[in-house]
Amino acid sequence: MYTQALDSPAAGADEGSEERERLERFQARIDRDEKIEPKDWMPEAYRQTLIRQIAQHAHSEIVGMLPEGNWITRAPSLRRKAVLIAKVQDEGGHGMYLYSAAETLGVARGDLIEQLLSGRAKYSSIFNYPTLTWADIGAIGWLVDGAAIMNQVPLCRCSYGPYARAMVRICKEESFHQRQGYELMLTLARGSEAQHAMAQDALNRWWWPSLMMFGPNDAHSVHTAQSMRWKIKRFTNDELRQKFIDVTVPQAEYLGLTVPDPDLRWDQTSEHYRFGEIDWSEFQAVLKGEGPCNRERLEARRAAHENGRWVREAAVAYAAKHQAPAHRAQAGAGALS
Amino acid sequence: MNEDWVLYEVFIRSRSGLEHKHVGSLHAADARMAIEHARDAYTRRQEGVSIWVVPSSAIVASDPGEAEALFEPARDKVYRHPTFYAIPDEVKNI
Repeated sequence: MYTQALDSPAAGADEGSEERERLERFQARIDRDEKIEPKDWMPEAYRQTLIRQIAQHAHSEIVGMLPEGNWITRAPSLRRKAVLIAKVQDEGGHGMYLYSAAETLGVARGDLIEQLLSGRAKYSSIFNYPTLTWADIGAIGWLVDGAAIMNQVPLCRCSYGPYARAMVRICKEESFHQRQGYELMLTLARGSEAQHAMAQDALNRWWWPSLMMFGPNDAHSVHTAQSMRWKIKRFTNDELRQKFIDVTVPQAEYLGLTVPDPDLRWDQTSEHYRFGEIDWSEFQAVLKGEGPCNRERLEARRAAHENGRWVREAAVAYAAKHQAPAHRAQAGAGALS
Repeated sequence: MNEDWVLYEVFIRSRSGLEHKHVGSLHAADARMAIEHARDAYTRRQEGVSIWVVPSSAIVASDPGEAEALFEPARDKVYRHPTFYAIPDEVKNI
């Protein structure tokens, strides 16, 4: 109802109270569980928060293709190779859904990609760890995608329509990712002694970074309170982390593997697992770019972007040359529906 | 990166007999590429049997600010619904 007022500053002394009223009306819509759609009025901070979060999420999907892509040529069977290719392709697709959702907020996709390539944009810290063995592919599917699902399922109910709809698609596909990972771990855990050891080693290396995926403790999370008020976020970092641990520890037990946390124990009174202290200095270092693979990941993205430039340019040249025939297919087709 | 690539909205018919439904958007150099990208991005699991792509710039949308003027008038016309009319239970097949 006040969309136009965005472009022209409100006049006079009423400005403050008008703005307040608008904000209150917006919050009331959120409180009634209404969805916000691209053309609706929204506070600038809401828009910026969403752009930041959706873009980071999209970048994570795109960079997330790299650690797993590393093993496509070395998958141990045709079945495993086909599955891994499908999974990596899904991650690319998820990135596309998310960039598409971010664009509805008025940001250009080219700018978002530029931010990623220049190193200014953040993406999930987990993808800066290396995939040293084939078991890492199992551990990523089981733990990393498992943690992602914990985070993403509540986002299907996020207050911003395009983001929520993208998350519904993504969550449907993530379930395959996690299950193929667990199946891979199960095969190794039941295999030879060396295979079992390889699975244990992968769990040892991926457990703590997976817990860090949920972000800092609630006390140190700057955006949580406001994001929850806006229903962008439905649960806090610590709540989701606890939930993940509670469901994952029994899965590790079933595999016959040991979670690398000497403080881990079942607490009967709270009916939750208690776990050891997370090394937050490691998390901060990886975020700052000092993880094992930060540089390598960005270099790989930049190389892909540069090496693909001639293809993009050729496509544009071809499109310009064939502009008229592109529409020929529909000539005379009449009404479409 | 995509400065020259057009933004397309994608519509998918999930099964024959159903209408095309908006699923998202993508960038492409031309319509043919938009169809191919839509195939890769939105139908990896047999979600569709037909795809429409439309340049986003070709879509004219109603303004949320006018929603009241556009849709409010229908609210008090409940007589447009069959349940508005009370028919005795004895009367069948109506």
